[in-house]
Amino acid sequence: MRKITEKIISGKVAQLCIDANLYLRKDVEAALDQALKKESNSRARQILKQLIENAELAGTDKVALCQDTGMPVVFVDIGRNINIAGVDLTAAINKGVEEGYRKGYLRNSIVTEPLTRLGTSKFSPCVIHFSFGKHNGLRLTVLPKGFGCENKTQLKMFNPTASEGEVKDFIISAVEQAGPDACPPYILGIGIGGTADYACQLSKVALLRPIDKPNPNRSVGKLEKELFKKLNLLDIGPMGLGGDTTVLGVNIKTFATHIAGLPVCVNISCHVLRSASDIL
Amino acid sequence: MIFFKNNFIKLFTTSKDPFSGLKAGDEVLLTGDIYTARDQAHKRLVELIKKGKKLPFDLKGQTIYYCGPTKTPPSKVVGSCGPTTSARMDKLTGPLLAAGLKAMIGKGRRSEEVRRLIKKYKAVYFLATGGAGAYLAKRVISVKLVIFKELGPEAIYRMRVKDFPLIVGIDPEGRDVFEKKGT
Repeated sequence: MRKITEKIISGKVAQLCIDANLYLRKDVEAALDQALKKESNSRARQILKQLIENAELAGTDKVALCQDTGMPVVFVDIGRNINIAGVDLTAAINKGVEEGYRKGYLRNSIVTEPLTRLGTSKFSPCVIHFSFGKHNGLRLTVLPKGFGCENKTQLKMFNPTASEGEVKDFIISAVEQAGPDACPPYILGIGIGGTADYACQLSKVALLRPIDKPNPNRSVGKLEKELFKKLNLLDIGPMGLGGDTTVLGVNIKTFATHIAGLPVCVNISCHVLRSASDIL
Repeated sequence: MIFFKNNFIKLFTTSKDPFSGLKAGDEVLLTGDIYTARDQAHKRLVELIKKGKKLPFDLKGQTIYYCGPTKTPPSKVVGSCGPTTSARMDKLTGPLLAAGLKAMIGKGRRSEEVRRLIKKYKAVYFLATGGAGAYLAKRVISVKLVIFKELGPEAIYRMRVKDFPLIVGIDPEGRDVFEKKGT
């Protein structure tokens, strides 16, 4: 079995932090190009052009896409045929985040004490989700989440008898309430099912799927498409100044839930949806 | 840059009354000195004002930019430096306007109270493009730390900007661009 050391893990995490913050995801870049072609509002087109230029400049100038380089959320998917005995995964990942954020000249946006707001000297700790998979190797994914949009997250525990219409209305109203404030056009990660905490986690995982790939479940994929159309009629538009481009993508992830409930979490991402992933 | 070539208004912070006559929705290219300040710096400035103490810089006629840039890479003037959400500063804006603040730059909506105060003090609220930090960094000529170094990205920096692209969000008459969307 292949031995993976702490050094290899932290080195990879560091690189993923830099990649995610400097290079816009290809699917998001394509969605911006697509939106520019369809957009009928001239100011919205002008802003979309700025965003496309911003992505080009970030890559060539090696400057972060957005000054809010986020709170890094790291997904660790532990597969087969690897030997990580004795490795302190949490420490290795946090070390990687610190290294990546320092080397990439990214912003330290982390306060270690949420109430007193103290402790801003380091770039960590980050949020880590561990899981086990059937693949070979260790899959690492870094999702730096900016807080302008994270602050607009909404969780609702519906009754099990709630209609699909009520769920749709909740999702649409979450976007309406975010309005111009969280850097539209948005990408929606929606978690449906599980428990309250798990629905929130699903909504983050949903953001990792390329936004041009619909959910493989037919009815969920249809719901994504329907929401995408409806949300783009809200006329929020880029920067909230109106237009046909309010969302660039809607990704839903579902999971089994309890007979007594229906948790739904809407996690809004700004147009700078960042993530980078690799397998060791 | 090409995007604002048609109908932008060139403004200089050093002009006399640079912001009078602006209308919500106007596209502006701003040149001059602006000061970054976000949540924690606002809190400290307001505390100083309440205690009747001297401010680290004279707010009279000044522009505050709600921004906390990334670290400056070598050979660069500044890192990524787009606007943060303005609404978080709403409750801390009144005392600064009363102390002479003339312009604010951020993203998103303001409270009704801030809109009224902007009208009262004949100030202005500008929108910068959120999430375009690398693009906006190109319009910054120099950056100097003013105070609150210990706040890191939340410290107050004086930025000299050239042709910084903005849209008037709330004009000195209190008109709000988000209330007349699409026009």
